[in-house]
Amino acid sequence: MVKMILTGNESAAWGARLSRPKVIAAYPITPQTSIIETIAEFIANGEMDARYIRVESEHSAMAACIAAQNTGVRTFTATSAHGLTLMHELLIWASGARLPIVMSVVNRAMAPPWSVWTDQLDSMAQRDTGWMQIYTENNQEVLDSIIISYKVGEKHHILLPTMVMEDAFILSHTSEPVDVPEQKMVDDFLGEYEPAFKLDPDDPAGFGSLIMPEGPYMEFRYKMALAMDAAREEIRKVSQEFGEVFGRYYPGLVEEYRTEDADAIMLVLGTIGSTAKDVVDRMREKGKKVGLARVRYFRPFPFEEIREIAKKADMLGVVDRSYTFGYGANLYAETKSVLYGHSDVPVKNYVMGLGGRDITPEIVEKVFDDMLKIAREGQVDREIEWVGLHGDERWS
Amino acid sequence: MVVLPEEPTPIAKVPSTENKTGGWRTFRPRIIYEKCIRCYICWKFCPEPAIEFDSPDAHPAPKPALAKFDTVKINYDYCKGCGICANECPVNAIEMVLEESIEEEEAD
Repeated sequence: MVKMILTGNESAAWGARLSRPKVIAAYPITPQTSIIETIAEFIANGEMDARYIRVESEHSAMAACIAAQNTGVRTFTATSAHGLTLMHELLIWASGARLPIVMSVVNRAMAPPWSVWTDQLDSMAQRDTGWMQIYTENNQEVLDSIIISYKVGEKHHILLPTMVMEDAFILSHTSEPVDVPEQKMVDDFLGEYEPAFKLDPDDPAGFGSLIMPEGPYMEFRYKMALAMDAAREEIRKVSQEFGEVFGRYYPGLVEEYRTEDADAIMLVLGTIGSTAKDVVDRMREKGKKVGLARVRYFRPFPFEEIREIAKKADMLGVVDRSYTFGYGANLYAETKSVLYGHSDVPVKNYVMGLGGRDITPEIVEKVFDDMLKIAREGQVDREIEWVGLHGDERWS
Repeated sequence: MVVLPEEPTPIAKVPSTENKTGGWRTFRPRIIYEKCIRCYICWKFCPEPAIEFDSPDAHPAPKPALAKFDTVKINYDYCKGCGICANECPVNAIEMVLEESIEEEEAD
């Protein structure tokens, strides 16, 4: 194992390199670009044996990955925001074609207003595409999650693609020490890619062909639903195996931090987690019983874990770095949905940090204080609250 | 007992040519061979492609100079009747005929 100082994007490139994809098809977009630049450099230096396809758009990038993966090799790509949403159609194709492609997504705000900073609307808008989604907290987790995602997705009872999210700039362009595993260890862990099916000129076949309404369209979709459900257990299992080999144990679908005996627990996605952990420590020192649950996998959704977490506290505060216009944001809506009929614990949505607005320890502490007040009173003052709007004295 | 397909995604082992799309047609293109100058513009434009070559002597040539060139014919198994060939034909040698009227013709 080698310790390197890597940005989140370099970590993603290393995660891809170590997983040995044979085809990379990608189109540049800030803040993702340095992932594919780093990979291009690896290939140009002969350090990575892969074909790099330069395409004219992200739609084509995913189309090329689908075609290449269908020939029986691993593929990788990376994108952000407008690139990801342009891919939308092909994302649904990739999962329906049951191709375990792995893609880095650097979460960036959608325009307008034009912005390149972090915001999770881009990937939240891909919720229903049939991709697994993991939101990472640090650069090490970025690298490791790419390797883990190939391992999980390629299992023949899963066969689903995964997007590995990083928060723009907070991870993508920030350097941290990262343990880069030895190639041999990753080779042994992942093994050779064994496709469940592939294109073969000697045995012609058409993939994804037309199915009439009376044909098994619903049955294929049901198989996909079962595979996504089975992925929960597979993620837990592979995370454990990864820990045994590499010494870094990831806590399955949700990471809990000081949730035991907590009065209020905050649910977050991505890098807000590490800020909130510090705040939890500070508040615990003052005797305020708060805890954190960092939801790593948004798809498959960790409904069992969240129901258990709800039993531990008097209140859940759900922080979203995105919004669903017309109703609360995604993590909030889905959290409430899985708790219905299982828990009466009050749940409140805090919409924060859109367009890369900084989520500081101070503002997180204020949110925790608001959550503790709700926990005491047993009642939510308002279900959805936008935190830190200009001029809002509540949060200034 | 729920019956699920064995494969994870539809994998067709028969070629798509098994799917005869001629039945979709409302209008049938019909070549008027007395006008056809054998330029093959219809063959170029047909999106299916459902226009095929036939031997030069399959039909009498409108001019002796054309007699050595292949004629064209329409494969009605796949022609969807879009009418692009009739629209593109520079000498209006393709007419679009309502399928039902042909059926009536044939019945008579």
